[in-house]
Amino acid sequence: MKQRKYIVLLILFFLAIGVFALAPFLGMESISIETILKSKGDVKADIFWKIRLPRVIAAFCAGAVLSISGMAFQAMFRNPLATPFTLGVSSGAAFGATLYLKIGLIFSIFGIQGQSLFAFIGAVTSIIFVYGITKTKKGFSTATMLIAGVAINFFFSSLILFLQYLSDFADSFRIIRWLMGGFEIVGFRPVLTILPFFVIGSAIVFILINELNLLTLGDDIALSRGVDVKKVKAALFFATSFMVGGVVSTCGPIGFIGMMAPHICRLLIGAEHRFLTPASFLFGGAFLVFCDTLSRVLIAPAEIPVGVITALLGGPFFLWLLLSGSSERSIFG
Amino acid sequence: MSNIIIEIENLSLSISKKEILKSISFQIFEGDFLSIIGPNGAGKTTLLKCMMRINSGYEGTIRFRGKSTHKMSQKSLARQISYVPQSNGRIFPFTVEEFVMMGRYPHLSPFTSFSVEDKDVVSKALHLTKTEHLAHRQLNTLSGGEKQIVFIAAALAQGAKIMLLDEPTTFLDPKHEAEIYTILKKLNRELGMTIVSVTHDINSAVLQSDRIIVLKDGNVMFIGDAQHVMENRILERAYEKSFTFLDHPKTGQKIIAPEVAEP
Repeated sequence: MKQRKYIVLLILFFLAIGVFALAPFLGMESISIETILKSKGDVKADIFWKIRLPRVIAAFCAGAVLSISGMAFQAMFRNPLATPFTLGVSSGAAFGATLYLKIGLIFSIFGIQGQSLFAFIGAVTSIIFVYGITKTKKGFSTATMLIAGVAINFFFSSLILFLQYLSDFADSFRIIRWLMGGFEIVGFRPVLTILPFFVIGSAIVFILINELNLLTLGDDIALSRGVDVKKVKAALFFATSFMVGGVVSTCGPIGFIGMMAPHICRLLIGAEHRFLTPASFLFGGAFLVFCDTLSRVLIAPAEIPVGVITALLGGPFFLWLLLSGSSERSIFG
Repeated sequence: MSNIIIEIENLSLSISKKEILKSISFQIFEGDFLSIIGPNGAGKTTLLKCMMRINSGYEGTIRFRGKSTHKMSQKSLARQISYVPQSNGRIFPFTVEEFVMMGRYPHLSPFTSFSVEDKDVVSKALHLTKTEHLAHRQLNTLSGGEKQIVFIAAALAQGAKIMLLDEPTTFLDPKHEAEIYTILKKLNRELGMTIVSVTHDINSAVLQSDRIIVLKDGNVMFIGDAQHVMENRILERAYEKSFTFLDHPKTGQKIIAPEVAEP
């Protein structure tokens, strides 16, 4: 039983490494290993080192972040449908970032870019709102949580539309393209922007693995086992909003990873977060690199925004999850 | 009498302006097997939750060995008191072993994994509750009775001296009910644990426990030896109905006869 879980984890690890190693070679221009070792100045080598590699790294970080955030939300809300997307955290972050683009501010605090900071504030606002509403209505029902999430999604989407309405054509197009989600980044700068959010956020989640396990049993049991529920939840809300804010501000709101990845991992490896957290981390990262590679390759030389691909794969999956009722059976019993 | 392990003094709690507990005071002794009975809505579950500090917004004091529980961290409280909640619906797919292992949480220091001692305590808890054969089963595939026993095993793994249980035998068949009382008796008599159990089953409360508390409308109506609860029309006043009593054929203790409905 335990051995099987270690094996699954090992397979996921090699899968992630494999995807990581292969993805930068694929694309409109296929690149061979000899090429990338050539001296500087070679166009293909530049494509590999300055465009594809940072892109793959960014996609992996974003996928991992969205996946373990989804996993943490699912533990805290005790619900498989809780994700950065359905809880409105992504759209809160998106609104924050759009607002920053629109006002045309350029600033940074302690090296954190203004856009990421705005996205973080938007994300925190959403999660506090949704959690507050779900908590006041007794029983933590799926319906309350989804309705609160939908409401705040609508609210922020309308605000984003409003901002677009106020923008000129060029700005508006920029915002739309960004909202579709994608990794059309050049060089390592954007990667370095995500990195602190990625490292700090996921470190907090990994530290709180034992607490996540107990939170899935409900606040009462968690308290009776000695978890300081309020503090732990505050730390987790901070960590998730922080990473999602960081990712969304650079890569746009990419949906469905946060639901799909942890759910598939739970089916593969069970609910114990000692296994589930690294599994979701690896799977989410690898899956988004995979989607991003598809987005570059499918209709090359044009690109499909990666947000479109994850949503096209994720939408039907989401419905299947709802309709099959397997969310109740396989995840909660 | 033996040592006081929990002392409750003027405990009051209101939830959304409704008074649930009205200045309750009583003591629990070390090694007690105490049952809390009373009509629905009397505040039994709330009382347990205050003792476990799941509800913390109460007035008055709860002391553990003379020390106010408000001055203890949740973790150190969990090393002294464990809690088995009313069967709760949703459970993620943990295996029984993983779940019972999570009972060791209050003994973990940050950044460490389970030690040999933790694993030892867990296998003892599984052994004592005779649930070793379930260790690798998924929690959500167990029957209601098995699940409840596993919940007791998890609370036991916590290594606390006191175990609070909220309706541990409700919804269970007679076989599992008997098993649970056997386990609780063993914990109480052999390990010297203090057991506090909320129940609606008055007969079991009388037959299994040493002392009984009757709660009604947030007040302690009776506290004393289990047998005495059958006297002085205490139950009649608590439940506002009449009871027929008879003697237990084996022990001679007074018990309540099952009701025959008369339309």
